[in-house]
Amino acid sequence: MSGQSTYKPQNAFLRWLERRLPIGGLIHSSFVVYPTPRNLNYWWTFGGILTFMLAVQIVTGIVLAMHYTPHVDYAFNSVQHFKRDVPYGWLLQPLHANGASLFFLAAYIHAFRGMYYGSYKEPREVLWILGVILLLLMIMTGFMGYVLPWGQMSFWAATVITNLFSAIPGVGESIVTWLWGGYAVGNPTLNRFYSLHYLLPFVIVGVVVLHVWALHVAGQNNPTGVEPQSDKDTVAFTPYATIKDSFGLAVFLILFAWFVFYIPDYLGHPDNYIPANPSVTPTHIVPEWYYLPFYAILRAIPSKLGGVIALGASIVILAFLPWLDTSRVRSGRYRPLYRMFFWIFVLVCIGLGYLGSKPPEGAYVIAARVFTAYYFIHFLIILPLLGVFETTKPVPSSISADVLKGKASAAAILLAFGLVTLLGTSSSSIAAEAETPPMNRWSFAGSFGKFDRAQLQRGFKVYREVCQTCHGIQLLSFRNLSEPGGPGFTPAQVAVVAAEYKYKEPNDQGDMVERNGRPADHFPPPMLRFPTGTPPDLSVIVRARGYDRGFPGFMIDMFTQYQEHGADYMVALLKGYENPPAGVQVPPGMMYNKYFPGHGIAMPPPLSDGRVPYTDGAPQTLDQYAKDVTAFLAWAADPHLEARKRLGMQVMVFLIVLSGLLYFTKKKVWRAVTGHA
Amino acid sequence: MSSAEPTRRDFLYIATASAGAVGAAAAVWPLIAQMNPDASTIAAGAPIEVDLGPIAEGQVIKVFWRGKPIYINHRTKKEIDEARSVNVASLPDPESDEKRVKAGHEQWQVLIGICTHLGCIPIAHQGDYNGYFCPCHGSQYDTSGRIRRGPAPLNLPLPPYEFVSNTKIRIG
Repeated sequence: MSGQSTYKPQNAFLRWLERRLPIGGLIHSSFVVYPTPRNLNYWWTFGGILTFMLAVQIVTGIVLAMHYTPHVDYAFNSVQHFKRDVPYGWLLQPLHANGASLFFLAAYIHAFRGMYYGSYKEPREVLWILGVILLLLMIMTGFMGYVLPWGQMSFWAATVITNLFSAIPGVGESIVTWLWGGYAVGNPTLNRFYSLHYLLPFVIVGVVVLHVWALHVAGQNNPTGVEPQSDKDTVAFTPYATIKDSFGLAVFLILFAWFVFYIPDYLGHPDNYIPANPSVTPTHIVPEWYYLPFYAILRAIPSKLGGVIALGASIVILAFLPWLDTSRVRSGRYRPLYRMFFWIFVLVCIGLGYLGSKPPEGAYVIAARVFTAYYFIHFLIILPLLGVFETTKPVPSSISADVLKGKASAAAILLAFGLVTLLGTSSSSIAAEAETPPMNRWSFAGSFGKFDRAQLQRGFKVYREVCQTCHGIQLLSFRNLSEPGGPGFTPAQVAVVAAEYKYKEPNDQGDMVERNGRPADHFPPPMLRFPTGTPPDLSVIVRARGYDRGFPGFMIDMFTQYQEHGADYMVALLKGYENPPAGVQVPPGMMYNKYFPGHGIAMPPPLSDGRVPYTDGAPQTLDQYAKDVTAFLAWAADPHLEARKRLGMQVMVFLIVLSGLLYFTKKKVWRAVTGHA
Repeated sequence: MSSAEPTRRDFLYIATASAGAVGAAAAVWPLIAQMNPDASTIAAGAPIEVDLGPIAEGQVIKVFWRGKPIYINHRTKKEIDEARSVNVASLPDPESDEKRVKAGHEQWQVLIGICTHLGCIPIAHQGDYNGYFCPCHGSQYDTSGRIRRGPAPLNLPLPPYEFVSNTKIRIG
């Protein structure tokens, strides 16, 4: 910041403060009068969006931390307790989980903008490197955060990623043991990841301060790559950039709200709704979508140490970009050949993301190796050579000359580009080793979905008379049955149901006595004990199951809000018992099921026509029982579904109205600069 | 130019700013509300029933409701008489014993056992008044649970309770 501050506060208190701690002047010069290139397009709004998302993650994270228990025996249930019982917990947890995805989406768009327009070139090398450091910190934070819910994917991601360090020759194993705090991933690991996950976002805040400082020293880049030469090239940050950033943010929030309210599990993996089990590895371990390209690179190299080095190198190489790109021309707008290679690079990254979600078999392996090789070739060979041999287009003389010439071509697929990245890498990777279940019509599907109360009551009857013997549902309390958005039993009916269950408790003298259940109690463990393995608890089973939707199904699902994978799978499973086809044998003691992965299921067919008497006239068929109990379990897994979709509609309407208002406000404010309506 | 009433341009700015303010307030609300007691805490604080049958005359038991200790004291005739023979107007927190028990059940004293000074649990059947004695700072309560001496300002409070039968009460 050069020159005298133009900040002259009217208010006497502000003048008094300014003399002692010139924070007013700092804000004024950095975010009010700060000269900003007047030709920035909407790709430049992502810095502001990222700052907002960082605040969202910190605030929702601090709130989550008030209720989370970082112990292996309690972590999973504490997250469920938060979503079920804490006021607005059902909203705050998906905000944090999906917020991480949107945070990475914005970060990747922000980085690709920098690559396209040469924002990493002199004098912004340090700014760029600070950005790479921020990406690294985000990757570490996101990884540790994902471990905290202590689902299957949490545990095995922790195991796989910490085991990476064992590739280091000599000290590798010691480092891994040191990271674990034990002989395997366990409670000490979870506790320290919690501590560090709380710490790192504040480190990120510090580096963001440095990042913005470095930015303000050099000034923003702009689409022409030509530095501002006079006042005609710039506008004051407030109100011009402020209002444009606000509009960009409002549109981004619509996308965020779409995920949070309507498809909160779309970007996640069903296996993380299974509590961590150190003795069972999931069939396909995959990270969240934003790590998939790096995961593909790691697996592409056949050597263990080589893979780890390639993984690290794929991020670190970004820091050298200012020196690898030898072109004298800054912006990709005037570099037609570079533009082509840039978009190829983007497609390669998306391709790597897709390959990271696939099992490392067959053609996928070859493709991953080709794409990984190309990734490094882009940085190490193509970029250096391009700068030397490329014929560039003439660069405008100044920003204002370029603006007066006419509207520059809108690079405009603002979020659609980001969406393609996100879609390309988020396919559900559950292996299609079994048949694809048929889709059913569910009353609770879609933006206006609601549970059918009568169906939930019948489903509860089926659970009690058939499933309860072997399957617990211990995250559910009896009182949930009378809460809004559920089966709609009365409190009196709930008290009767609760009293049918017996609980043992110590009395005042310390003797164990039996008492009747109360509405506040959770459902007890199942009555039968199985020496060979406990049947899964059914509290979240509908969210813990799914199936591969394939291409382009999984992309279409994002728009149709298809979230009922687990429910469709369950109905198919319950109806899917049949004789094995000729030549196929299941292990002894197992039954053949068309839809169960591997086809051999230990559970004998639980349902059949007439098994459970219905009193409301509904058909007493296997099909009806399967649908009713699945609907009940879908409610048990997501009791606040109706409230979520209702609030979602209000939020979407509000955000659309707000975006409209901000759009017209932005146009009005910018009229002073553009000189026309 | 400045005009006395808002222009069309100002109306847009006002509308946008208001929408933003409403959105911000609505966004902040869940962050504040989540600190309220959650549904399982509220459910666990539902009324409890206590069977008075096993409590002998002169015996006092302690139960917990909503995390607070509740003394249930089966008073002897001597204790009731001591409580009733006091000049109510001379008490630091004047209250008659009749108001602190249920009619027809004078022998049953149900109190929240938290000293009204700074929150310690007073010890039953101790102190100069044969009532409750708080060891933290020496507050003395009588057989009606009323403060007699010491820094506590108020009598031991009563929880909401009622007799569902002669031998059973519901607290809460």
